[in-house]
Amino acid sequence: MPAPSSPLESRPNASTPLVEVRGLRTRLGSKTIFDGLDLDVARGSVTAVMGPSGTGKTTLLRHLTGQLRPDAGSVRIDGEDVTRLSRNALFTLRERIGYLFQNSALLTDFSVFENVAFPLRQHTRLPEELIRNIVLTKLQAVGLRGAAQLMPSELSGGMARRVALARAIVFDPMLILYDEPFVGLDPIALNQVLRLIKTLNQTLGITSILVGHEFSAVRRVADRVFLIANGKLVAQGAPDALAHQDSPWTRQFFGGEADGPVPFHYPAPDYATELGLGDAAR
Amino acid sequence: MNARLRDNWLLDGIARVGECGLFFVAILGVVPKSLRYWRELCRQVWFVGAMSLVIVMTCGLFVGMVLALQLYYTLSIFGGTAALGTVVALSLFRELGPVITALLVAGRAGTAVTAEIGLMRATDQLDAMGMMAVDPLAYVASPRFLAGVIAMPLLACVFNAMGIFGGHLVGVTWLGLDNGTFWGNMTSTVSLHKDILDGLYKSIAFGGVVSLIAVFQGYTAPPTSEGVAYSTTRTVVFSSIVILALDFVMTAFLT
Repeated sequence: MPAPSSPLESRPNASTPLVEVRGLRTRLGSKTIFDGLDLDVARGSVTAVMGPSGTGKTTLLRHLTGQLRPDAGSVRIDGEDVTRLSRNALFTLRERIGYLFQNSALLTDFSVFENVAFPLRQHTRLPEELIRNIVLTKLQAVGLRGAAQLMPSELSGGMARRVALARAIVFDPMLILYDEPFVGLDPIALNQVLRLIKTLNQTLGITSILVGHEFSAVRRVADRVFLIANGKLVAQGAPDALAHQDSPWTRQFFGGEADGPVPFHYPAPDYATELGLGDAAR
Repeated sequence: MNARLRDNWLLDGIARVGECGLFFVAILGVVPKSLRYWRELCRQVWFVGAMSLVIVMTCGLFVGMVLALQLYYTLSIFGGTAALGTVVALSLFRELGPVITALLVAGRAGTAVTAEIGLMRATDQLDAMGMMAVDPLAYVASPRFLAGVIAMPLLACVFNAMGIFGGHLVGVTWLGLDNGTFWGNMTSTVSLHKDILDGLYKSIAFGGVVSLIAVFQGYTAPPTSEGVAYSTTRTVVFSSIVILALDFVMTAFLT
């Protein structure tokens, strides 16, 4: 599909994907992160991006939000090319995107209530009464209305993540990006987060993109899984279909094999030469 | 990072100065936007200013007392102890007030600002603000920078007042100089424009420099515990050097 050149040609409608990534290329230092990545995320879906550590899954999320600009390629969200937006236009777009950080990133100076109220206070002039109601509604949705007056330091990891989720949905965004939402959670907290992701998607129709390794968790929420390795999309499909797909990538990743297309060894010079055995043998 | 630093520390240093300059321009650019966050600005002025009062007042008192003792000795060689009040006041207003206050603020508030912003960076709080469409430059960096510029001259005034009080304590109460001579000579010699305002200009500039360095070091601190620690140290080291160097330049131009 050729990329439309002017914003007018790209008026989004319900049938176009919410997120379109085309020919994404990124180098960080000497390492190539993306080498021509293409992917589409349908509106109203839950999409998981999986891949071995270090393949740039978090980097992809940072591209989607314009925190990081790619070297080449385009990232369209709701028809707008994030890579070309000005700082102000980017901030306007971000008001419609929720982002859940891996470590929750709550503002440590503020209470739970004030953390969730922060975006409202910054972008609206709503009366205090209304702010209070919105915040309590969102906290109720994540089951933490009773924790409103606690400080972030008093929360467990799972609770902090739920507060961060409440903060991310305070503006009813069209898209939520979850960066490793399952890491470091006990089974109970994991189930709570899974249920929240599912509920938000089903009741509010929020498109969700999540990045993670835990296939057992991912298969319970995701409609579609993208497997990224070596800077490219190597496989995609519904979670269960993907797990049984017969490609070396899916076999290694979902079968958990230590060696395969993703090598066990980090690139290194010849072993014998490095140990000094190369000369001796000669 | 360390190897790269050792290889071309000069280029690296120049690059950092350039980065800091661009950062300064970026902060100035968001000042209008950051005035929306006046509550945050007030909180920072309180933190940099009011919270530094105890240390600034104590040091001011002692500096004034020492100054009076030393100058009394020197002036007595020439038989000019009557000028003690004038000399103490001039030294404080023109030089010691702005410089020592700036050094104290760099050590007390500058380090705290660097560590705070560095930790906010390390815990993704700055990125989180950006994702909530709140410019961290306007919400975090700019109010802290402005707070330094506002608080520093006020603190320098307090320092000077305490210094003169300390000088009076030693010169008049202890060493027995005439009270009228002490104040009379001072008020007739010290000029508002030449001495007091020059000192104020200095402390405004020092306030800008100290808070710029503190905010810049915090903002660009590597997101590790070691990185934040180094940045905090660098805030004190660079601030002290720049304060003293800038003091020389400004003194040369202002006198």
